[in-house]
Amino acid sequence: MAEALLEVRGLTVRYGAAVALADVSLQVARGEMVALVGPNGAGKTTLLNAISGVIRPMAGRILLSGRVTQVPEGRQLFADMSVEDNLRIGAWSVRQRDPAAVYELLPRLRELRGRIAGTLSGGEQQMVAVGRALMSTPDLLAIDELSLGLAPLVVDSLAQHLRSLNRERATAILLVEQNVRLALELCPRAYVLEAGRIVLSGSAEELASSAAVQAAYLGGAPEPVPAVASGSEDAEA
Amino acid sequence: MSALVQYLISGIATGCAFALVATGFVTIHRVTGVVNFAQGGFAILAGYVTFSALRAGLPHGVSELLAVLLATATGGLVGVISIGRRGTPLLASLIITIGLGFLFYAVEVAIWGDQPLQFEGVPGVFGLAGLTLQRQYVLIVAGAGVSFAALLLFFNRTYLGKIFTACASNAYAARLAGINVTRVGIAAFALGGLLGGLAGVLLLPLRSLTFDSDVDLAVNGFAAAIFGGLQRPGAALVGGLVIGVAEALVAGYSHASYQKGVSLVLIVGILVWQASRRPQAD
Ligand SMILES: Nc1ncnc2c1ncn2[C@@H]1O[C@H](COP(=O)(O)OP(=O)(O)O)[C@@H](O)[C@H]1O
Ligand SMILES: [Mg+2]
Repeated sequence: MAEALLEVRGLTVRYGAAVALADVSLQVARGEMVALVGPNGAGKTTLLNAISGVIRPMAGRILLSGRVTQVPEGRQLFADMSVEDNLRIGAWSVRQRDPAAVYELLPRLRELRGRIAGTLSGGEQQMVAVGRALMSTPDLLAIDELSLGLAPLVVDSLAQHLRSLNRERATAILLVEQNVRLALELCPRAYVLEAGRIVLSGSAEELASSAAVQAAYLGGAPEPVPAVASGSEDAEA
Repeated sequence: MSALVQYLISGIATGCAFALVATGFVTIHRVTGVVNFAQGGFAILAGYVTFSALRAGLPHGVSELLAVLLATATGGLVGVISIGRRGTPLLASLIITIGLGFLFYAVEVAIWGDQPLQFEGVPGVFGLAGLTLQRQYVLIVAGAGVSFAALLLFFNRTYLGKIFTACASNAYAARLAGINVTRVGIAAFALGGLLGGLAGVLLLPLRSLTFDSDVDLAVNGFAAAIFGGLQRPGAALVGGLVIGVAEALVAGYSHASYQKGVSLVLIVGILVWQASRRPQAD
């Protein structure tokens, strides 16, 4: 594998007595796109928060050779502030606070710059959240639930933006996503987290064709994806 | 008629000071969620320091500046003690501020005694439309006006001010942006100390200075602050003016001892009104 940008080793996180993550290990290489999937309550957000340094692990190590910035679940914008102020606050930890480079990547944000963030549509808000995270020029963008509550067309366009971000600026992406089909389409490699443990990992093709993943995540996908070349739609589990 | 104008003017001046205390409450509460029970103490401390500095021969201006700076530092210190340890529960922080308020009493009594003291503000009176008014009123209104304008500029026009607002709006997102929210909270306490100190040096020359006169300032300031649900500095300004004027009218037309009741009645009234609206608001 190429040079590791993020390496998580044996990470354990507890909330009081409850174990949220148990001995989790995971790697992301420089410029790589990696998906992290799993059911609600598996510990995905906890893992991202530990990587971002906002919660402390009980055991394990997080080795980072670059800057990581998280796009939090539910967007978490500064709702009463303008789009541009949201972006500029994202640049707190760096010297360059001019959003020009982010506008170049997400031109729609330039049009929205004066709008109050809380009044935007869900898709626009997610774009602001991504843009705000990019203001800190991260080497790794950790995105928590990209598609949550968004219409498929909006998700497609966001996914395109992430692809070009990854391609043009070599920004690595760790994508937490409920829509496993989308996640495996976007990311060549993925991990499956269940009840605080990594239960599967591998290339997107391997996982997509694994019986366990098919049964748990692809067969019972919440919204039927139209006309995907796949014959087995046994949603009995 | 001229009595009414007199009451109005003194009410507005006092209300401006209440508004400064109220804005201190709001600034701290927005960022940290803590109701700072030591807020009135900053004003009293600034009053005592001004008293001593003037006694020591320092000129006006320098004395008040020194007092406000000390109140600011004290505010920061109260912040460090009450919220400095990450993960301190909100209720614990609040109780720490109550404890520190009492510690102020002990220190003040030890240094300045428990007898009322008096220090001079701007001496003299001036005539306006046949009325005789104390010059200090003008200083209070001007000082508060400049402070509010500066605060408005700070919150709306400066990057640091927006960082404060961001922490108030979404502490989790602020943390993810790399902002040390605890440190911003301590800075908010310092700003609260500054605002309390300003209220003290402006208003207290008109009153006698005792260690426990912070209660009156804190209660009035808190009443003004909850006009805007402890969230909006602008509403706190309006609240301060309303309470100042209402108290001056009550004192003028009935009896001075009733005036303390005004803010308490307002507090109960506003809280009951806000509670009755809550089900629909949520
Ligand atoms: N702040 C918290 N305090 C206590 N338990 C929590 C907290 N946050 C998450 N949990 C618990 O930890 C587990 C993992 O949660 P989370 O990381 O949010 O999962 P996911 O993002 O995969 O849905 C869940 O059981 C959840 O209830
Ligand atoms: Mg989650």
